[in-house]
Amino acid sequence: MKLRDLSDLAFRNLREAVLRNSLTTLGVAVGVASLVAMLSLGVGLQQLATSRLAKSGLFDSIFVTPKTNLRGPGGGPPATRTPDAKARLLDADARTEISRMPNVVEVYPQIRFFTEVRYDGKPYATMVAGMPESSKASGAFDGMQGQFFSSPNADEAILQVEFAKDLNPQTSSLIGKDLILRYAERQSLAAQASGSAGNSGGFSVVPKEKHFRIIGVVETEPASGFGGFGSGRLLIPLPIAETLRAAQVNDLRDILRDSSSDKPTYSSLTVRVKSPSLVEATEAKLKDLGFSAFSLLDASKSLRIFFSVFDLLLGIFGSLALAVATLGIINTLVMAILERRREIGVLKALGAADRDVKELFFVEAGVMGLFGGILGVLLGWLIGRTLTLGTNIYLHRQNLPGVDISSVPWWLVLLSILFAVGVSLAAGLYPASHAARLDPVQALRYE
Amino acid sequence: MTELPPAIRLESVSRQYTMGESVIRAVNDVCLTVPSGEFLALLGSSGSGKSTLLNLIAGLDRPSSGAVIAQGKNLSKMSSLELARYRRQTVGMVFQSFNLLPRMTLEENVELPLRLAEVDYSERAARVREALQRVGLEKRIGHRPSELSGGEQQRTAIARALVNRPKILLADEPTGNLDSTTGEAILTLLREIQKNPGMTIVMVTHERALAERFADRLAVMGDGKLLSNGAAR
Repeated sequence: MKLRDLSDLAFRNLREAVLRNSLTTLGVAVGVASLVAMLSLGVGLQQLATSRLAKSGLFDSIFVTPKTNLRGPGGGPPATRTPDAKARLLDADARTEISRMPNVVEVYPQIRFFTEVRYDGKPYATMVAGMPESSKASGAFDGMQGQFFSSPNADEAILQVEFAKDLNPQTSSLIGKDLILRYAERQSLAAQASGSAGNSGGFSVVPKEKHFRIIGVVETEPASGFGGFGSGRLLIPLPIAETLRAAQVNDLRDILRDSSSDKPTYSSLTVRVKSPSLVEATEAKLKDLGFSAFSLLDASKSLRIFFSVFDLLLGIFGSLALAVATLGIINTLVMAILERRREIGVLKALGAADRDVKELFFVEAGVMGLFGGILGVLLGWLIGRTLTLGTNIYLHRQNLPGVDISSVPWWLVLLSILFAVGVSLAAGLYPASHAARLDPVQALRYE
Repeated sequence: MTELPPAIRLESVSRQYTMGESVIRAVNDVCLTVPSGEFLALLGSSGSGKSTLLNLIAGLDRPSSGAVIAQGKNLSKMSSLELARYRRQTVGMVFQSFNLLPRMTLEENVELPLRLAEVDYSERAARVREALQRVGLEKRIGHRPSELSGGEQQRTAIARALVNRPKILLADEPTGNLDSTTGEAILTLLREIQKNPGMTIVMVTHERALAERFADRLAVMGDGKLLSNGAAR
């Protein structure tokens, strides 16, 4: 029989016992819905976790330190620290070279220094951190009061809320006000006394002041990059922070280095690549260049494995309802064979081959699976949305930002419907073969 | 004029069933030839084996031994798929209880064999109309079987049996559920259909008087055996 005739007859038969077939289809829908709801939660939570982590920059970043930096991560235990011929200084040249490497999107130093801030004539001691432009997308500034830096070179500051409360408990009133940053500028002795041979890269410290306008207050502490800016209470654009040349803790160590150059050196650089998958290769290249490099990629891998197992378990639980629905399909079709025994006999007498009868029952099972699958995906999506809504109401009451804990991507929609059809066809296997094998003479005698 | 080959030839056909330890011989060593274009009536009492014999000719059942040769082909050697094709293309069947599908209209019932034979969609409407015209029911095309009288239902069944233009029409007690007037009308219709060149009809009945009036030849069965075989008139 042609597919159009088959499906026409199948739809006709399904309409005949509309209540029973609808209930069976609903059973499939509930099964698929539970599967979709479970998996959408799995996918949603995974997306939530990975997007937060990806935004944080932890998994697409490599943390580069010079091999000579004894405090740097990846330095290894003291016994293993042998002088390395390839070891290079992490200076401005190195920074330029790294930023030109393929797949590298951003290279920035971590600038943090402890200093004094004057606001409203009163002094406050705090930690200042330079924020790269890319940190805007890290999620840390979502839902902040005010706004992010208008440009990377703006004399603007964002306050961490706890520090802002120290300045004024009414944090919103701080926005638009000015504060003065008092800091110690590092001035190379070589610059001061040019031509003096034997200068070993020493520097003098000169007190300076700079005005900043407060443009925002941020709730969470941005944790951009390894070693991050977590302790930064006053955040300023990174390029500005670099021009300040403020003395940092590690500067003292620079004096001990054999540095004949007056170019700035860095205790560490954060290198961001296009995607986490490029971290490993770039990390290896950086090590070849003579730097120590470290990434959190392994942690990301573990996370993916965890979510794969999590999804699998959710899928298994979700499939249980579908397994019950499968029994419903078998039951419905076996009942249909009993009721339509004579009709099967007539079809065979009129020339239907065993295959025609089998296909007819298969199509009926498939149609129930298709409709059940579509309805189930809708139901599952609705359950996911309801769970997200409930969670967000709860989070809202806790004064926390809303999240999307369920996600129904296209592949899940397609796979669920295909799975429902596949399972229904498998359920139709026995009834269809049974119907096809019916003896037409016996079937025609059946009352 | 050369004589046409027989439409049906039964060569020592037997069909037996095993029920527990006993063997029931429903058809026992029957030899019969039905020439092309003949209207044969198979007569016999209940349980004489006439319906079993008809099912064997229809390809719905297979003989335990012997050969059923229809239109030159040995049904015993056919696969189940070939038998299905034979049922769609070579024979048409009419039953005592009409066996129309109640939820389908007349048009849909008559179209069913065309669907099974995968006839082109464009041809179907004309073929259905033609078949219903032949039995005089073209005006009832949209009705359901429950809206028709017994005679009309049987005529619909005849239209359905003819729609694939078979060479052999097999009728199992076609008048069994009808009053005598309607029964006669149905047999008159079968007689007209037989006028088609090469159309062979085998009808199972237990109404001897009707068989004698309408059939060309009578074959009488008893206890699975062919008791007599001769011209009706």
